[in-house]
Amino acid sequence: MTDREVVISIRDLHKSFGGTKVLKGINLDLYRGENFVVLGRSGSGKSVLIKVIAGLLKPDSGIVNVLGLQVDLLSQKDLQALRLKLGFIFQSSALYDSMSIRENLEFSMIRNFRHLSTKEINIAVDEVLEAVGLREKINQMPSDLSGGQIKRIGIARTLILRPDIMLYDEPTAGLDPITCTEINELINEVQRIYNTSSIIITHDLTCAKATGHRIAMLQDGNFSRVGTFAEVFNTDDISAKSFFDYNFIN
Amino acid sequence: MNIRESAIRLINRIYCTLKKYRSGDDLFTKKIDAFFLEVVDVHKFVTRFFKELFTKPFEFKEIINQCYQVGFKSVPLITLTGFVIGIVFTKQSRPPLVEFGAASWLPSLIGIAFVRALGPLVTALIAAGKVGSNIGAELGSMKVTEQIDAMDVSAVNPYKFLVVTRVTATTIMIPVLTLYCTLVGLLGSYLNVHLNEMTSITAYFESAFSSVSFLDVYSAVFKSIVYGFTIGIVGAYRGFNATNGTQGVGKAANRAVVFSMFLIFAEEITIVQITNWLATL
Ligand SMILES: Nc1ncnc2c1ncn2[C@@H]1O[C@H](COP(=O)(O)OP(=O)(O)OP(=O)(O)O)[C@@H](O)[C@H]1O
Ligand SMILES: [Mg+2]
Repeated sequence: MTDREVVISIRDLHKSFGGTKVLKGINLDLYRGENFVVLGRSGSGKSVLIKVIAGLLKPDSGIVNVLGLQVDLLSQKDLQALRLKLGFIFQSSALYDSMSIRENLEFSMIRNFRHLSTKEINIAVDEVLEAVGLREKINQMPSDLSGGQIKRIGIARTLILRPDIMLYDEPTAGLDPITCTEINELINEVQRIYNTSSIIITHDLTCAKATGHRIAMLQDGNFSRVGTFAEVFNTDDISAKSFFDYNFIN
Repeated sequence: MNIRESAIRLINRIYCTLKKYRSGDDLFTKKIDAFFLEVVDVHKFVTRFFKELFTKPFEFKEIINQCYQVGFKSVPLITLTGFVIGIVFTKQSRPPLVEFGAASWLPSLIGIAFVRALGPLVTALIAAGKVGSNIGAELGSMKVTEQIDAMDVSAVNPYKFLVVTRVTATTIMIPVLTLYCTLVGLLGSYLNVHLNEMTSITAYFESAFSSVSFLDVYSAVFKSIVYGFTIGIVGAYRGFNATNGTQGVGKAANRAVVFSMFLIFAEEITIVQITNWLATL
């Protein structure tokens, strides 16, 4: 694996809010084409980690390199350029609720690729809607969609910019098992078709197993175990075991 | 030493003095800190507006849309309020004037009152309640549901798309609404005058505008531009900085109204003083 290109590299990342330390020295290398799953309990700092990667939060210390650029040192303009290559799927999906699905999808594209004609944009919108299987919803409002459909549109909205890296924040949280499986398949499909590298945050082990090439457990502000699904969970480590048991017994 | 430096030095001195009086628990100091941090924040927010207003790309379409939202949708409320105030104000002002045998001055009294004070102030206060709270709540809910962050990570500048457009729209539309409110108010007043004194509409308006000077008109336009900017920027600031979920959205809307009304009164007093001073030159 080591000879593959590193797209995200994090060294000794620290982040705290007020007095509470959330991240305490995270190290991570994400390779091109890889799905990296971050598992962790609620409040362990998973969302904070990817927000730092996307430049929404500034690290207290440490180096966050994305596609060779140190995120917290970029100018507004360079950061925007970098963000075009990052797809960020929010925990809440964060669809623009005053806009229709079409407007949601074309919003960033219209503003960032001004040379494109309306026809080209429409083609791009159709293509991503096709990819997530929701073509018929194009003129509806986000409030008309179900939870799973909203997640799909959230994914489609980032796919339209053809990102190199996808950051998924709990893509399957709050969905029924069948829809979860569909989303997992979608994540894998996106990785295959668009050849993206992804960080997938979840506390759902089925999702981790289905999508992750490598898995890490975030505990006490650090990755406690990193490896394939089998490596992480074939262990006597209490915390990993209890996480595993909890997921499959409940 | 320029004004900026001395202002910073003055603020710094006040800050240090206040800090000396800190009580045993640090709550008081924290509040002072929070206040000054907020002052810095507001300053940044406002200067950013002027910086981004003149840099490409421009969101013309969204500005037009916001002008429609701010302007057109406030028309019914402004019409009603302006008209009623016109009638009531005229009705209430008549008896004292009649007592002095000066009933014929009624139109010019109303004209001055509406152009100088009532038109701009009534419009601004209504818009602060309707438009300001709307902007605060809308941006506040976008903030707490991470829609603003979502714009940011999709490489669209949310300040430009959300704040610049709305503040521009209020700055343009409040003066227009003020003009409209003044006219509607005078029309209401005319109705009352006509029913009582049988004055014709031309005579009424001639008399109403006879005592209004150009300075009055300039000052009214200037005032309403300032009010429009205030309403937009306060609402946007409150919304953009909303926290704590749905509760924060309500708070943002509420604070937007309270704070912009407060500022509008403060600005009114200042501008009136300046106008009076200019009139004596
Ligand atoms: N903007 C912020 N300001 C203050 N504290 C924050 C902020 N964002 C996150 N935190 C704190 O950081 C900690 C980690 O939050 P985070 O959202 O990363 O959790 P998470 O692992 O994503 O949990 P969940 O699975 O519930 O989404 C929490 O204790 C939270 O209170
Ligand atoms: Mg989270």
